[in-house]
Amino acid sequence: MATHTLIALVENKPGVLNRVASLFRRRGFNIESIAVGHTEIPGVSRMTILVDGTTAAVEQVRKQLDKLIDVVKVTDITDESAVDRELALIKVRANPATRSEIIQIVDIFRASIVDVAADSLVIEVTGDEDKIDSLFLLLKGFGIKEIARTGRIAMTRGAAGPITIAEEKPQQKAARPKKTKGANEISNL
Amino acid sequence: MKLTGAQILCESLIKEGVEVMFGFPGGAVLPFYDVLPDYPQLRHILVRHEQGAAHAADGYARASGRVGVCVATSGPGGTNLVTGIAGAYLDSSPIVAITGQVARPFIGKDAFQEIDITGITLPITKHNYLVMRAEDMAAVVNEAFHIARTGRPGPVLIDVPRDVFIEEAEFHYPGKVNLRGYKPTLQGHPAQVKKAAKLINEAKRPVIIAGRGVIISGACPQLKELAEKGQIPVVTTLLGIGSFPQSHVLSLGMLGMHGMVHANMAVSAADLIIAIGMRFDDRATAKVSGFAPHAQIIHIDIDPTEIGKNVRADVPIVGNVENVLEALNEQVSPQNRVEWISQIEEWQREHPSTAIRETESLLPQYVVRQIHEITQGKAIVVSGVGQNQMWAAHYFQYERPNTLISCGGLGPMGFELPAAVGAKVACPEETVWCIAGDGGFQMTIQELGTIVQEDLAVKIAIINNRFLGMVRQWQQLFYRRRYVATPLAGPDFVKVAEAYGIAAVKVTDRLQVIPAIERAMEHRGPFLIDFVVEPEENVYPMVPPGAALAEILEQPREEVSAR
Repeated sequence: MATHTLIALVENKPGVLNRVASLFRRRGFNIESIAVGHTEIPGVSRMTILVDGTTAAVEQVRKQLDKLIDVVKVTDITDESAVDRELALIKVRANPATRSEIIQIVDIFRASIVDVAADSLVIEVTGDEDKIDSLFLLLKGFGIKEIARTGRIAMTRGAAGPITIAEEKPQQKAARPKKTKGANEISNL
Repeated sequence: MKLTGAQILCESLIKEGVEVMFGFPGGAVLPFYDVLPDYPQLRHILVRHEQGAAHAADGYARASGRVGVCVATSGPGGTNLVTGIAGAYLDSSPIVAITGQVARPFIGKDAFQEIDITGITLPITKHNYLVMRAEDMAAVVNEAFHIARTGRPGPVLIDVPRDVFIEEAEFHYPGKVNLRGYKPTLQGHPAQVKKAAKLINEAKRPVIIAGRGVIISGACPQLKELAEKGQIPVVTTLLGIGSFPQSHVLSLGMLGMHGMVHANMAVSAADLIIAIGMRFDDRATAKVSGFAPHAQIIHIDIDPTEIGKNVRADVPIVGNVENVLEALNEQVSPQNRVEWISQIEEWQREHPSTAIRETESLLPQYVVRQIHEITQGKAIVVSGVGQNQMWAAHYFQYERPNTLISCGGLGPMGFELPAAVGAKVACPEETVWCIAGDGGFQMTIQELGTIVQEDLAVKIAIINNRFLGMVRQWQQLFYRRRYVATPLAGPDFVKVAEAYGIAAVKVTDRLQVIPAIERAMEHRGPFLIDFVVEPEENVYPMVPPGAALAEILEQPREEVSAR
């Protein structure tokens, strides 16, 4: 058992996230985290999915995902050299006495403070899960009010070649709804 | 020229070569029904329950190899289709289901007869669509049929809001589908084919397991060539029946929980399994850890998710069975595996799996065999689910593809009658025998009305044992003979048939069997025979649940000789 990182390129169509999530539930696989966003290709979104399982089980997940019509490509990058990042927003209690100590910790982690209030700070931190976990532990003593994490996104390093779709000739697909606004598009998934 | 969504749907169906639909109207789908008279080339068959529409479309697809189409309204119309869609999904049958939906402004408002049918059918369709604009209709239909019939076929559902049927749009049929997320692998990888050929050429005790994929891809001639060239015995799954002529000297019949003893023994003793277009269902493999323990496994299938899902594959080949077998046959060297084949023949002599015991009473096995004899095997048999299904598989000899239509994966009782409707519509020239149990028959008995209205000459044999037979058999063998909720006080099926205007006869004595079947065959229209058979007859051979293929039970010998 190990945590695998799958990258899925999917058609940005209504219900895609539902199809993917439903597949995991139906086949009894657990999603640790899932992060979705646009890609450089119009109409294609990228999902980074963390899933726990044996290599054989994850291979089955990969193939099942690939079988979905709206999933264009699935790659397991677990064994590839890759950069992976997660972003977290942490709202921590802060008063004049503790504020400078918190700022020092934030500096060490190369995180940043994005909001200051009388009794709290909001810290933005980017890094792998370990880094965020460590920062979280250090801040815990001050009192965490709230935390929001994005889940991992990942990209293979240069040598491995990009995970993308070979450009095809423009297709006439009236079935594909044309979306313009990014936010709208995500909410459509 | 602008057309309405409903008109575009009809035009698109015609473009896809649709000639017949099985359906049931209702509020949300009415605008579609309203334009049907303008398209006389689209025949609509009114069923009595939407489940019947889906099973009929499935039966039509299986008998003809074409895409079956069913239509229902929103809400209960869609939910009633679900069983039939699931059956088609598990058995890779290409159907397109069209459902009406409440008008767009009402979606998500829990409107009258609103149900999220695309959500409900998500795990039981190959793909589904909610058409939100009439201008999308043509492309959706085009994609839906493409997806349903290509690769590993399966059901596709198209949900259409009522106001989209009415909305106008330019009709332009794309005709060509290019989905970047859907590119089935058709050719087997040459290196894998080479590896497979090497294993086959070196094997001492190979066995082919042929599934429905052989039939779907039209690879029956290639299968025959492989078997004959390599002198490799062929077993089939339930759904693979018909992929290889059962009269062939290399045919071992069906394997599995109710497989032939010699077929199961051959698989268990094999040193190489060549699994073709099948998915290692648990009813075929029995206990997986005891499945073909001495064999390496070549697994050929068009669906990569089937590889390694249930059973390890030593040489997986993803591709269309026909293409893969063609490539494989070129590399397989002629052999004569006399020793192996005579060993299997010996097992077959020692364990005659389809012998019928001597008795004065009316046995279901005898009934099915007589249907085979009298039709000389020239019929399409549509079975129900349970004991009748296994007897239909065992006692009729199948020589051609798509002559046994049986819903194996889902196992929905009630499949038989509506599927027989579909088969008869697809093949009006063929004799269609519906072999039903008295339990399953009552689940869709209302389709007798469809048969009468459409004047379909379906011949119906009810194997009436006054029990939910297969469940009763399990209660007898594994639940201390406590027959809980399995005895059936059935109706008088002859009177039921007559009420519908269908000629019918009851048979209680074995001497009446042949005359009754002959009468059914001579009768011009539909005909029903109520065979009142031995109530506690069991299906044998049988691998008990949890046991391995080789641990197969035969009919107890005292039972064979005593009666």
